[in-house]
Amino acid sequence: MYRSHVLVCGGTGCTSSGSQQIMETLKAEIEMNGLTEEVSVVQTGCHGLCALGPIMIIYPDATFYSMVKVEDIPEIVSEHLLKGRVVTRLLYNETVTPSGNVKALIDTDFYKKQHRIALRNCGIINPEVIEEYIGTGGYEALGKVLTEMTPDDVIQCLLDSGLRGRGGGGFPTGLKWKLAKQNDADQKYVCCNADEGDPGAFMDRSVLEGDPHAVLEAMAIAGYAIGASQGYIYVRAEYPIAVERLKIAISQARELELLGNNIFGSDFSFDIDLRLGAGAFVCGEETALMTSIEGNRGEPRPRPPFPAQKGLFGKPTILNNVETYANIPQIILHGAQWFASMGTEKSKGTKVFALGGKIHNTGLVEIPMGTTLREVIEEIGGGIPGGKKFKAAQTGGPSGGCIPAEHFDIPIDYDNLISIGSMMGSGGLIVMDEDDCMVDIAKFFLEFTVEESCGKCTPCRVGTKRMLEILTKITKGQATMEDLDKLEELCYYIKDNSLCGLGQTAPNPVLSTLRYFRDEYEAHIKEKRCPAGVCKALLSYRIDADKCRGCTLCARNCPNNAISGTVRNPHVIDQDKCIKCGACMEKCKFGAIYKK
Amino acid sequence: MKSLEELKAIRERMQSQVSMRAEDHNHTRVVVGMATCGIASGARPVLTKLSSLVQEKNLTDKISVTQTGCIGLCQYEPIVEVMEPGKQKITYIKMTPEKAEEVLERHLIGGHIVEEYTLSGADIK
Repeated sequence: MYRSHVLVCGGTGCTSSGSQQIMETLKAEIEMNGLTEEVSVVQTGCHGLCALGPIMIIYPDATFYSMVKVEDIPEIVSEHLLKGRVVTRLLYNETVTPSGNVKALIDTDFYKKQHRIALRNCGIINPEVIEEYIGTGGYEALGKVLTEMTPDDVIQCLLDSGLRGRGGGGFPTGLKWKLAKQNDADQKYVCCNADEGDPGAFMDRSVLEGDPHAVLEAMAIAGYAIGASQGYIYVRAEYPIAVERLKIAISQARELELLGNNIFGSDFSFDIDLRLGAGAFVCGEETALMTSIEGNRGEPRPRPPFPAQKGLFGKPTILNNVETYANIPQIILHGAQWFASMGTEKSKGTKVFALGGKIHNTGLVEIPMGTTLREVIEEIGGGIPGGKKFKAAQTGGPSGGCIPAEHFDIPIDYDNLISIGSMMGSGGLIVMDEDDCMVDIAKFFLEFTVEESCGKCTPCRVGTKRMLEILTKITKGQATMEDLDKLEELCYYIKDNSLCGLGQTAPNPVLSTLRYFRDEYEAHIKEKRCPAGVCKALLSYRIDADKCRGCTLCARNCPNNAISGTVRNPHVIDQDKCIKCGACMEKCKFGAIYKK
Repeated sequence: MKSLEELKAIRERMQSQVSMRAEDHNHTRVVVGMATCGIASGARPVLTKLSSLVQEKNLTDKISVTQTGCIGLCQYEPIVEVMEPGKQKITYIKMTPEKAEEVLERHLIGGHIVEEYTLSGADIK
């Protein structure tokens, strides 16, 4: 038996910052110190604090080491694991009090306000060992469902819990299952949408990497509830760690006969296969996803018929998102009331967000619905670096919108976000400060949708392209106010006429920035000025002759020889030659160079 | 898997391993001095004994066994400190794996301090 467990994060974030080498060195050091029998090294999924990776937690005392380097390992092993002396300089600084004491991880600002249901095992168990999942109560929900509950009980439980789809739409999950159950067919399918594609979103990916069995268990429960015997997980091929862990999880579940025929001795049989997506954003749309599983080009089709009637291979199908599934075993075990007691009136439970952009604690957080944006950004997220001012938060990626500072205290749930012109989305939350230009942000998302539009319907294919052209004109200072009107008109046209969710939501980033930041658009058009100083075509770098000491540093660093002047005399930037790279401003020691 | 019992068996086997990773303020903490002085006088077998017993008896959700550096009473090592929430710290001295087992049985499970092994109660003159 081991007296201590060393958990090393093997999520994508920490893997890319070198956690694999850390694991290897750690194992070698432990062996060298003769601790192999006493200390176990466990590779886990994401702990959430990706900004501080690679992360290592040592139990039972839950010591949290952040930004660990390979060189630190011998010290951690000989000091902490052998002699029990915590290596304070490597601790996550939030866990050290001013008096030098170490406080528990759950008392830090980042974790204190979180409530982990979908992420409950992420960063705690080894996702590649099915027994660890079972050790935390895994597959008990499936056992309960198969031995004590009828399919209708299961569906009723989900309806009572108030669980809504976590992929962004927020459709009640229980209702979706109920509709699929009502349709008789010789074959039905359960699908899992793991085609997470929003820029900056990594919630589903982290669940799959950290707790893949929770998704498998929930899909089997869904199969029992609607009467399906086959499930498909549609996951992006560009998530290699998630794909690998899913493969391992499926084979382990088959080995223990938790997937297969007559599970728990019942009449119920269920199996799951993986389908890898090539990374087209439109394949996250349900009809396109199913077309892609069928082996065709991933294009959406009109609804109705809805998947619950005619889905995959023309059979009744349910399709849920990864995070939705990850909640389900817990709802079955703890009951609908338990889940419904969390959150707001119409949005129950918790939601996982991927925090990104201008924020200290970049990473993964799970909060109860109804938490305010202020709590998420200032307390959990640790605020905005460099003392900059908060401007807006972007939720829902290319389909979503912005939440401006005036709505900073809005409780986050599905309906509140829609009422202010944004949406929950799958959970990407990008924080923007005063240095971000809202027109530029809208343009960024439009570039993404133009690239990802499948081209099947005209409003989306041509409309988004035209929108991008107008936005580009605005950022270059070449647009007129008529262009702005045309842009807005196009938005509503595309919203109403596109075939699928991609096109219907593509104008949202423009509409919501227009709603809250119209003055920025107008500054670009009327004054030919970018208030945030982002749009290159609209700004120029100048030298303040009073401050310039003539040190020649800027002239020597200019890649295009645009700066001229003699030693100890003020320099001048030739605006025709300047490529606006900002190198001179960075180098100037006297603050003499400014953007206009 | 053909029955719930099979699942339960795996769970019981794994539970003590996994629940060590839970964070709880109400844990009783058992701390073994593992500085050079402690190791030299035999603290490691004491630590491993305590740690395995706690896991064997499925007590990891209540008791955590950890080590610490030099407590400063090197002549009394191996030292084991028991910190129960809301109670005064009890310091056991000159421990052996056998004495540690007794402390676990009588104090941590039974609730009676083993006075004769404590710093205040042991005959150390």
